[in-house]
Amino acid sequence: MADAATLTARPGLRLPTARLGAALGPGVSLLYLCLIVALPVAALVQRAATPHFWAAITSPQAKSALELTLLMAVLAAAVNLAFGVLVAWVLVRDRFPGRNTVNAVIDLPFALPTIVAGLVLLSLYGPNSPVDVNVAQTRAAVLLAMLFVTLPFVVRAVQPVLLGLDREIEDAATCLGASGWQTFRLVIWPAIRPAAVVGGGLAFARALGEFGSIVLISGNIPFHTQVASVFISGQVESGDTSGAAATSVVLLAVALVVVGALDFYVRRAAKRRG
Amino acid sequence: MAKHLLRFGALGYLAVLLLAPVVMVTYRTFEHGLAPVLSALSSPEAQHAIYLSILVTAIVVPINVVFGLLAGVAIARGRMPAGRTVNLLVTLPFAMSPVVIGFALFALYGRGGWIGDWLALHGLQVLFSVPGLVLATAFVSLPFVVREVVPVLEEVGTDHEQAAATLGAGPAYTFWRITLPALRWALAYGVVLTAARALGEFGAVSIVSGNIVGRTQTLPLLVEERFRNFDGTGAYSAGFVLALISLFVVVAMTLLSRRKEHP
Repeated sequence: MADAATLTARPGLRLPTARLGAALGPGVSLLYLCLIVALPVAALVQRAATPHFWAAITSPQAKSALELTLLMAVLAAAVNLAFGVLVAWVLVRDRFPGRNTVNAVIDLPFALPTIVAGLVLLSLYGPNSPVDVNVAQTRAAVLLAMLFVTLPFVVRAVQPVLLGLDREIEDAATCLGASGWQTFRLVIWPAIRPAAVVGGGLAFARALGEFGSIVLISGNIPFHTQVASVFISGQVESGDTSGAAATSVVLLAVALVVVGALDFYVRRAAKRRG
Repeated sequence: MAKHLLRFGALGYLAVLLLAPVVMVTYRTFEHGLAPVLSALSSPEAQHAIYLSILVTAIVVPINVVFGLLAGVAIARGRMPAGRTVNLLVTLPFAMSPVVIGFALFALYGRGGWIGDWLALHGLQVLFSVPGLVLATAFVSLPFVVREVVPVLEEVGTDHEQAAATLGAGPAYTFWRITLPALRWALAYGVVLTAARALGEFGAVSIVSGNIVGRTQTLPLLVEERFRNFDGTGAYSAGFVLALISLFVVVAMTLLSRRKEHP
């Protein structure tokens, strides 16, 4: 056994991927990331960093777009948090014909191009709706599009945790006289909460920046249905790039704070469990 | 009773939000039969849009596979600070709105951008041409392969690689014969996700493409342009092609995720 230690200690016999990784991985991938990701983002931040930054993001139209985006993203995340847990529960615990198909279909919003998602919603909930529900050019359309594209996040986060849950604890709770709701609130929810919160947070971050599915159905009415991403796109088209840059930086900052907070939350939850 | 209520609630939500609209879009596409769909898809603009979407995907997928493997190894096997920086930058595209990504490229390569004016002076056009589409698509689809590869690299550990090394295998040989086979299902899953995103990307591409019909118009951009020009059949036909591709993607994801879990 001493041989293995001496062998790995010899420079020529160090771990191949460690050596390859040490030589190539970080260097080449950092260079690529700088060129593809960091450089454009830096250019964007520099373009936003003008004395007019504050004025740009508090201009009535930008402020209204940002407020609507935040509000609708919170709502979408909350609704999909509730329904995501419900769908995950039914998919894991219930047995019905077509369960596997339903399970596979959950990923459709991830696979479907966003502009097609918008078209799909318009075909049923737009003008000449066959069910007589026309939400086009209303705030409900913004929420509907956000709900559609963020549907999989909570389901896919909660599902594996539910699968791994020990059912004996639930049986014990039932034996001790707990109702179905009490068992859920006191036994199941604490176990799935970290996953549900992460799924909800990711859904929120995704909804914040959503564009393709919203652009057609929202009608892009300033002060009413115009969300931040559509506002930015319009500003770029009309040539007001400093206003677009300022709003972009706000969106980016909020998303980064959310992702950072989720990372912190996951680490803390993992540490608590030991 | 409660069980049925839950089932009804969950399936009802999925039906209203997901299934019914998808069925409806199929109906709208073929409302007037197959002929208008085929003629809409065989128009020169549609043909070029299909070609351009496939071209961009064919360029971006290999680039992101190579990068994904390198970055995956850097994150899972590299030293901490470099690995963490790579990890942080790789996550960035997921946190950014596609529009913001497109605009960031605009701020770099566009008029008045850091290198946009210099490039224009030397006759190099990035925006409103294929390189811009490739850059935008590479940016948005960057995390998919890395995200799949890292957990597998961490899980399989280094025992087999170590054994190969003690038996005299070089780094390239070990990577090819030991590491890559362990990664194959995760890699395939990552490739499917990357290709799906590359074919369907809309927001980032719409900012950098200029949407020039027959030149820089990809398939998702064609959907929007047709819809705005009141050409319902044209929009629904192109949308249906993309929806059909995503259906295949979902099937591939389901099959591959089973393979990933039980290789």
